Amino acid sequence: MSTTASGRTAADLRADDTAAAAPTGNGRVAATAGWVDERTGLAKGTAYLMKKIFPDHWSFMLGEIAMYSMIICLLTGVFLSFWFVPSAGLIPYAGSYLPLQGVVMSEAYSSTLAISFDVRGGLLIRQIHHWAALMFCVAITVHMLRVFLTGAFRKPRELNWVIGTILSMLAIVEGFAGYSLPDDLLSGTGIRAAEGFIRSIPLIGSYTSYLLFGGAFPGEAIIPRLYSLHVLLLPAVLIGLFTAHIVLVFLHKHTQFPGPGRTNENVVGYPFMPVYTAKAGGFFFMVFGVLTLISALVTINPIWAYGPYDPSPVTAGAQPDWYMGFADGALRLLPGFLEFELFGFTWSMNVFLGAVALIPVIYTVAGAYPFIEAWVTGDKREHHLLDRPRNAPVRTGLGMAAFSFYVVLMLAAGNDIMAIKLSLSINDITVLFRLLVFVVPVLVFWVTKRICLSLQRHDREKVLHGRESGTIIRTADGKFFERHEDLDEFDRFKLVAFEAPAPIALEALTDANGVDAKAIKKAKRRARLSSFYFKDRVEPVSPAELAAAHHHGEHESISGGSTHAAIKHDKHND
Amino acid sequence: MNALAARRRHPAAIAILLLLGLALVGAAYSLLAPKPAQAAAPSAAAAATAEDAALGRQLFLANCATCHGLSAEGTKSGPTLIGVGAASVDFQVGTGRMPLAGPNVQAPRIEQVKYTEEQIAALAAYVASLAPGPAIPEGKEVTGETGNVALGGEIYRVNCAMCHNFAGSGGALTRGKYAPSLYGVEGKYVYEAMLTGPQSMPVFNDTNITPEGKASVIAYLNATMNQPNVGGMNLGNLGPVSEGMFIWIFGLLLMIACAFWLGQKAA
Repeated sequence: MSTTASGRTAADLRADDTAAAAPTGNGRVAATAGWVDERTGLAKGTAYLMKKIFPDHWSFMLGEIAMYSMIICLLTGVFLSFWFVPSAGLIPYAGSYLPLQGVVMSEAYSSTLAISFDVRGGLLIRQIHHWAALMFCVAITVHMLRVFLTGAFRKPRELNWVIGTILSMLAIVEGFAGYSLPDDLLSGTGIRAAEGFIRSIPLIGSYTSYLLFGGAFPGEAIIPRLYSLHVLLLPAVLIGLFTAHIVLVFLHKHTQFPGPGRTNENVVGYPFMPVYTAKAGGFFFMVFGVLTLISALVTINPIWAYGPYDPSPVTAGAQPDWYMGFADGALRLLPGFLEFELFGFTWSMNVFLGAVALIPVIYTVAGAYPFIEAWVTGDKREHHLLDRPRNAPVRTGLGMAAFSFYVVLMLAAGNDIMAIKLSLSINDITVLFRLLVFVVPVLVFWVTKRICLSLQRHDREKVLHGRESGTIIRTADGKFFERHEDLDEFDRFKLVAFEAPAPIALEALTDANGVDAKAIKKAKRRARLSSFYFKDRVEPVSPAELAAAHHHGEHESISGGSTHAAIKHDKHND
Repeated sequence: MNALAARRRHPAAIAILLLLGLALVGAAYSLLAPKPAQAAAPSAAAAATAEDAALGRQLFLANCATCHGLSAEGTKSGPTLIGVGAASVDFQVGTGRMPLAGPNVQAPRIEQVKYTEEQIAALAAYVASLAPGPAIPEGKEVTGETGNVALGGEIYRVNCAMCHNFAGSGGALTRGKYAPSLYGVEGKYVYEAMLTGPQSMPVFNDTNITPEGKASVIAYLNATMNQPNVGGMNLGNLGPVSEGMFIWIFGLLLMIACAFWLGQKAA
């Protein structure tokens, strides 16, 4: 065994590898790249990444907003952690905010005040951190909507959808942990509410609460514990899952909207290097810039105005940050009679259902949806081309209905603010929301589906008869008509390149004697669902129909000698 | 006209038209909106002393007796005023809550006070003459000069924030009632409100919150409401609801505008 240099380069050791393009040119960059590659073999992987093609559409950047907001939260969070003291130990305040001087408060609150008033740039960074957290959750929500409504969750991306839903749920938990840290009146009220929610868990509630708080509320343990979760565990899980999310996007290739030249086998767009490195890099700074601008101009969570937490006071308008609003709204809507006693226990279903059970239930349903739809359609193919939302009317309707349910719950969390700002009775608003939470989703489903079908019919109309040009033409014999312009092939392709599956027919599973009742039941259920999805459908214009429409037009122009002749004539003038 | 016609299918046309329409409607409204009727003020009495209870009684009979009864004994439409004291009258009339503009769950504060200071003093003198009650507070306590800001903050958070919100922006109560905003309310009226407990508000008497405590609350309100907004616009100091609304409307809109602009850029 020799430890002396053998004279072989790292490249020789990997002789079996397919040759990676050696860095060309003799500049310093190439030399450095070569040096790094000889020691790490990164060239191949980097080349794979750099050449990766991404399609261009603004809605594909919604996820990027979430990613950048998260990175901004990480950066600003590190800054905040330099000064924040996660301790419930009491000290008298001696900082520069006058209205609180001499007030006894926790070190957590005192250090947050110090960040806001005594650390240079601290308030700005704190506000960026908080606004970026809100933006993170907004961007996740709209990104999720985009993915759902375009059918981007279909095979092979179901797992990535599941990862996304978990990320989304963790993001709100992470947000709540951060919201609870400063120990001001609002966040303390939030922890108090959370403690109540935990206690409402049947049987194990009070034990869980004691375990988490290290005894009775509030205790001194919860702030350091939440801090560990907020800066250590949850960010680690978030970043891990997020990495998996992105790696899967690279592996699956990005989906694209249908269009000329775009197929299920290719991706039409630009390579990561140099186009998207520039675009995405630029977009990061735009997101950072917008968030900084907002943070410099608009206050978020003025903790100094809330004052220190102590369990006796509470403030009017105590709400969680918006992303927890749906759970708070559900809690506000649940009627009190759902609490009852049974077997010597109190079952607080009026609290538990909304504040605790709803969150995992919503995210489980969301995570399961791709599998449900795949089962109904029986579609085992890979889908790399997106659906335009209108071309999947029932899915779009379901998505919007689910979102409207979420929005109604979220708005219900602001019932008190609505009451004072609109001069209404909070009781009436609550009753109204109890009604809306059932009515709105159904209504939204129906309206959305109808709109989608109308848009599809409009698309058909446009393909068959052209675009309304807005030009009114009078013929020699005094007839008026609007000139229609034929679509060019590129525009037309976008309107006809989709599938409109028909409902599956009920297959005859067995004859009348050898009945397989279970299988029949299952098949019937599936056929019913399939009919629910696809019974109302508008088929894309077929080439035959298009030809017929054109032929019809020609024919009319010859015999009638009016409309279409005029169109043709007009076109020549153009 | 031709240039305009050529742009009528511009993507921004609808937005611009809508904005123009809104601006037009807004301008027309501000021009044509009915102005609040100026009640002809009855000739003001020159001096208001305790002896002017007689003038107060005249004003009372003319303006208040319909609801509060001819001798302030109260009717179905208004409570008795016997024993409410001068402080209550000064608060209700001085902040424009009385005379009530119309039946409602609660009398709102109105900037345009209907009576002159002399008339209010006369009314107060009349009501005070019916039975003993809290007098109109005076001196340094009502201006908050003697108060301790930090102590006032603690008292405020324990006793007031639950309805009036942490920053005094107001909050909702049941069935359309509300705790009003404390912005721009004179110290004297804050003191009187604590003393008399108007509408849904509980009474905070002097054993409950001492006069020094009340002065401290006023000092705290003065200190926090007159300080600059260090964090920028305060969004009404309403808590996370307005913040959430802001990020959904303005934050998301700005981000999507950026994304859209970037998506339009050729590679």
